[in-house]
Amino acid sequence: MTTMTPHPTNPDPAASGTPTDPSATNPSATGNNRIETTPVLPLPPRAARLLTGLGALLSAAATFLSWTWTTAFPGNLTVTGYPGGLQLLTLTGALLTLAHLLATHHTPGLRWLNPTGSHHATLLLAAGTLATTWYTLIAIAAQLGGLANLEPGGWIAALTTLLALTGALGLPIDRRTAGSYPPGNRLATALHTIDRTVRPGHTTRPLPTPRALPAWAEILVIAAAFGLALCLATYGIGTAYGELFTGFLLLTGFAALALRSSGIITRLTTLTRKHRTITITAAFVSAAVFPLTQSTDQYTLIAVNILIFSTVALGLNVVVGLAGLLDLGYVAFLGVGAYTAALVSGSTASTLGVRFPFWAALLTGAAASLVFGIVIGAPTLRLRGDYLAIVTLGFGEIFRLTVGNLNGELGPSVTNGPNGIPNIPDLILFGYRFGTTHHLAGITISPFANYYLLMLLITVLVVLVFSRAENSRIGRAWIAIREDETAATAMGINGFRLKLLAFALGATLAGLAGTVQAHVTSTVVPEQYVFAGPVPPNSAFLLAAVILGGMGTIRGPLVGAALLYLIPAKLQFLHDYQLLAFGAALILLMRFRPEGLIPSRRQQLEFHEDSPPTTTLGITKAEA
Amino acid sequence: MPTTHHAPATPATPGTPDTPVLTATGVTMRFGGLTAVHAVDLTVHPNEIVGLIGPNGAGKTTFFNCLTGLYRPTEGTVAYRNTVLPPKPHLVTRAGIARTFQNIRLFANMTVLENVLVGRHTRTHEGLFAALLRGPRFHRAETESTRRAMELLAFTGLDRKAEQLARNLPYGEQRKLEIARALASDPGLLLLDEPTAGMNPQETRTTETLVHAIRDQGTAVLVIEHDMRFIFNLCDRVAVLVQGEKLVEGTSETVQADERVIAAYLGTPFDDAPGQEEIAEVEAAEAQADATRAGTETGETGPEEER
Repeated sequence: MTTMTPHPTNPDPAASGTPTDPSATNPSATGNNRIETTPVLPLPPRAARLLTGLGALLSAAATFLSWTWTTAFPGNLTVTGYPGGLQLLTLTGALLTLAHLLATHHTPGLRWLNPTGSHHATLLLAAGTLATTWYTLIAIAAQLGGLANLEPGGWIAALTTLLALTGALGLPIDRRTAGSYPPGNRLATALHTIDRTVRPGHTTRPLPTPRALPAWAEILVIAAAFGLALCLATYGIGTAYGELFTGFLLLTGFAALALRSSGIITRLTTLTRKHRTITITAAFVSAAVFPLTQSTDQYTLIAVNILIFSTVALGLNVVVGLAGLLDLGYVAFLGVGAYTAALVSGSTASTLGVRFPFWAALLTGAAASLVFGIVIGAPTLRLRGDYLAIVTLGFGEIFRLTVGNLNGELGPSVTNGPNGIPNIPDLILFGYRFGTTHHLAGITISPFANYYLLMLLITVLVVLVFSRAENSRIGRAWIAIREDETAATAMGINGFRLKLLAFALGATLAGLAGTVQAHVTSTVVPEQYVFAGPVPPNSAFLLAAVILGGMGTIRGPLVGAALLYLIPAKLQFLHDYQLLAFGAALILLMRFRPEGLIPSRRQQLEFHEDSPPTTTLGITKAEA
Repeated sequence: MPTTHHAPATPATPGTPDTPVLTATGVTMRFGGLTAVHAVDLTVHPNEIVGLIGPNGAGKTTFFNCLTGLYRPTEGTVAYRNTVLPPKPHLVTRAGIARTFQNIRLFANMTVLENVLVGRHTRTHEGLFAALLRGPRFHRAETESTRRAMELLAFTGLDRKAEQLARNLPYGEQRKLEIARALASDPGLLLLDEPTAGMNPQETRTTETLVHAIRDQGTAVLVIEHDMRFIFNLCDRVAVLVQGEKLVEGTSETVQADERVIAAYLGTPFDDAPGQEEIAEVEAAEAQADATRAGTETGETGPEEER
């Protein structure tokens, strides 16, 4: 209980293979990066632990106090006796910090929380709690006009979270030595200190061999993880005001980092890889359950839009992530699908005046996008790199302008020009009306829940298409083209044909999503399909979702799209600065995590050259 | 050392077993006013190792690019087993000519196994729909491709590194992987562009054995190389390219003895031949250079030393 370093530092985790390598060389070297296990603040270890624990405990207690005097700040933080609104987030953060602190000290029953025994997790959670709490207090002061609006409870919370963080900074963490940074001025030194504190010394700390669990228990763990993810997503989508959402994002962000350094993510990944079918089923079920947890349609609509956005982003990932073709006009394919579906939907404004059954509309929309994709792709795909990007950008705009001009005056009357096609009727599939609320076996399914479930099926289809295409002869050829087109053609790959195939497949998938989108929004107008705009499904945001999430992965674009949709939707106050903030965030991401939030293993290796060279794409020994 | 022998499933093409696998006739390549390759004829027969040498800038790689369809030759034709090839790289590979590159061009962020599987592209035919539907035929084809790829990796001695990223292989093994990837298309003719560039003497000898083994399993080899010892040890026939034109072609002895070749590499002697004094001087300098080279060659050879 009193050792300074709870776990030996392994100099090269993947190379040595055995996770329980006892070589506690300290500091140890990996290439140029010397790693040491030392605290940031020189506190006596016992005092540091005590301070962290006490701080976390008191922070939790402080959430039961009143933080402000008026209910003018949303969430009602005025009640002494139980926590409310943002206080709940502080409470969660404080309790997680405490749990991780106890886990690193081998408290029975909690050790599973922190398999690596890294203090980084505790530090990150303490920082997350502090950030959330202080953000709340600053928001109160800013909104109500002055620090005078804080009750003593608020000051206590500020102090106790600071106490916990101070304590956590006294815990020994694996970090680079000061000597591994180039010398610089005082600013540079300060930045290096922050970098040393924030960034774990190892990307993967060696994990001890896990205790063998029976299969049913492993499945239960997977189910619990997805249940938790569902709760988190429901909470995030359901946050009623911007401050709560910001607090939620702050805490979740820090907690995600903490879980990564505690090794629990690695553990889960190992489990999910072992039980793939069950994982996929669990993911599908928890996604399908979401609309049933909602009492109103408000958040289900957000969820449908997120699904549409993520599905299109995943379609774009075939083009950008696999084949490496930078497409800046991708939203046009969504538009083609949506317009086609609108024209054959039987809308009163449609110039065709036909009403196709949905399956036929779906196929027509996909086919129209496919044709459009081939027509655009055939001449443009002879270009490479930047030239292709510019030309696709141009074609995307051509689609929007053309659709805006086909109004009977400037061109033939097809699309009603800028007015678009309104009054798209609700879907009826096998006699099931999507526009009405259904009651099935005691479950209420609202109209948007109907569309949500339909869209989910399409998302699953797209996920299936992506994963199957990737792991095949065709997918390998796409990746080969992305890596080196000349070498790929020398291997017998018809570069042009395969690029066109990727382009066409991407277009078809977007067209599929578009047909559903037309019915969800019930109106299609050209301005929905711009290159960049404040409302998410546009070409720039789609590309950003792919890059933010991680190119070439399935989870990446899904997570990226969800974040990029939710953040502008929730943070209304950001509206004027949205694109500025977005640009700054992308620059920071490209600087510090160019592979995206959820990198494919391939790209993680690609961008971080200092990772151990012997790491393989198969399951490493440390994980197995 | 490669031990497995595998007869490549050469595609059905017209001609008898003795039909030349490569017949280049009057291949000329002009870039604007510059003639890089001028009217070169070259024939490679099955089970033959042919070397292509020449000073830097002689047009060897340009000639290779004409053969493999990366360049469309200004004049002349290239035929594989008497079938004239269209100047499209993927069609050339499909016909049965595979190549490696002078500067390694692996798919750096794919695994070693995936690299070889990409090489199987022309010999498998499962399209996108097969991949999406995943029928039994798809699984059979994937299993067969993986089996053949692993066999080739074993042949080149890389089977234990199948799951590593290609970029993480040491230099010599990257060269071997390029050869394995090229062999995956079951070629009747393999074109090697400086396979030993940047290698140390041991690695060069390993490559020599590998090329022999490739020939022994029925694939003809055409190799560009600057290492004369390597070329003369290996090749049944050597062609010399100087300033875009074929100067001589023949056995190692013929080429080595040919004065024009020596002149092309070293320049012509003075009108009054060098006296004893100069000869002694040159020999001393050569001995000195040999000693230095022996010293450097035994050292580590890494990718950063690549030309």
